[in-house]
Amino acid sequence: MAKKESTFLNMFLTLLIVTAVSSLAASAVYNLTKGPIAEVARMKQQRAIEQVMPGFTSYDEVRVMPLNGKDSLSMFKGIKDGAEIGTAVNTYTYVGYSGLFKIMVGFDNEGKIINTEVLEQKETPGLGTKMALPPFKDQFVGRNLADFGKTGIQVSKDGGVIDAITAATITSRAFCDAVNRAYGAWEENKKDNK
Amino acid sequence: MEYIIIIIGTVLVSNIVLANFLGICPFLGVSGKLTTASGMSGAVLFVMTVATIITWLIQNYILDPFGLGFLQTISFILVIASLVQVVEIILKKVSPPLYQALGVFLPLITTNCAILGVALLTIQKEFTLVEGTIYAIGNSLGFALALILFAGLREHLELMDVPKGMRGMPIALVVAGILSLAFMGFANLVSI
Amino acid sequence: MNQMTNFTKGFFKENPVFVMLLGMCPALAVTNSAINGLGMGLATTFVLVMSNFVIALIKNLIPSKVRIPTFIVVIASFVTIVDLSMAGFVPALHEQLGIFIPLIVVNCVVLGRAEAFASKNTIGSSIIDGLGMGLGFALALTMLGAVREIFGNYSVFGYKFIQADGILVFILSPGAFIALGFLIALINQFTKKA
Repeated sequence: MAKKESTFLNMFLTLLIVTAVSSLAASAVYNLTKGPIAEVARMKQQRAIEQVMPGFTSYDEVRVMPLNGKDSLSMFKGIKDGAEIGTAVNTYTYVGYSGLFKIMVGFDNEGKIINTEVLEQKETPGLGTKMALPPFKDQFVGRNLADFGKTGIQVSKDGGVIDAITAATITSRAFCDAVNRAYGAWEENKKDNK
Repeated sequence: MEYIIIIIGTVLVSNIVLANFLGICPFLGVSGKLTTASGMSGAVLFVMTVATIITWLIQNYILDPFGLGFLQTISFILVIASLVQVVEIILKKVSPPLYQALGVFLPLITTNCAILGVALLTIQKEFTLVEGTIYAIGNSLGFALALILFAGLREHLELMDVPKGMRGMPIALVVAGILSLAFMGFANLVSI
Repeated sequence: MNQMTNFTKGFFKENPVFVMLLGMCPALAVTNSAINGLGMGLATTFVLVMSNFVIALIKNLIPSKVRIPTFIVVIASFVTIVDLSMAGFVPALHEQLGIFIPLIVVNCVVLGRAEAFASKNTIGSSIIDGLGMGLGFALALTMLGAVREIFGNYSVFGYKFIQADGILVFILSPGAFIALGFLIALINQFTKKA
């Protein structure tokens, strides 16, 4: 096959040149796609915020550490006509059926939930994934978590008001956990800004 | 301790082969006999752990600081391919009988998607170097468990009366599916 | 062999997944729906054709002893290109295929064809071989994806024909193994019946 001798110098040079050309090609494509990729991420985020906190003209991003959890959260303060109309919190939970999943929760200025949107998840299709759909997620709309005190909002099995998805109690609990984490961060942030 | 959780998670809950579909080629190809299964497992344990450590270092000290994230695939696979070459050379010198035993499996490890997969997942899950190392060890143990269980099952299958059309790969796959189903019972045992 | 045989061998006689039993990891992992299987198949075909082309082009310049690492680097660069392009232009599919896009680099089909064919044949033949094998791979993945989607979600290519939850196990891990096992048995009936 190869007509070139396998001397050490030849081998080293070949590998070096091939790697260099590869890296250059990769870097060229990277620069070409940098724009579109960043745009995709931005659009995705904006769409999620629009779902949970409609009607803003712009938003400011703030990163905060939640009271419980080792990763920071992003909060997006929605602005319309110069006034703050609410806050969308990008929150997460570790205790989903398949571990980590992320949701966006929109709060109005009084802390009532406007809506929720599932961002990334690997829950069981047909079971846990139902958390993104109306019967389950609509239960959170309009709730003010201040009504639930320290325990936060919970599924009925744990004494709370949320009806869990049939056969997906773990996912339902995790969803509540994420919402509570978001509210905790929202409350803290409100206190800090008073 | 957090590390125990990672081990339980990788071996049982999120088993690399049965839940994550990494390492299928050797899983199906090498699990015919218990002896070859153990040989492959040992090789994977070593290469996976060392590869994860080296790729973690490269990602965190070279790729990220210089914004070279797009070179991840190229650099990682180069590391793995070179590592396997090095392991072969060292093994040949240090322990010829072991080299003979592992023989043909070593070059196959380069294309074992579990090795590259685990290296990529370690970065994705943002583990620290220690956590990543434990994660790699855990995953190779999970790989070994799946492989050895499956080898045992296949040795039994040989003695059974399988319908002609299903003999060989088809029945092996169905059995692997049932094994995977069994492992689903561990879901949510711990969360990693 | 003539180019027509060269092209069509990858579809049935030497189908990478069903006959040669290569490329199993992606075959099992991303075939939870027909469109995912097709997407992965096409991405792999692109890498296969391009790497076969380049390797056939430079085959005489590569010392024999470093040919495998060299092939791998060439393949890796095209995988990077596909990965970045998909992230920028088909983000939804990119998210679905996830970690399996970079894993194309260790897909035994790609490296296998480079070693077995491209390194020993003309550029033209290698391109056709890549195209045939790649499309055969895509065919296998689409078939498996369709079967799993039909039984697991009562839909095909996203079009739901029974409005109910399907036999969930088919879109979960065990279903992949089981569906592939039966598919191979079925196809063996047609190809090996002589």
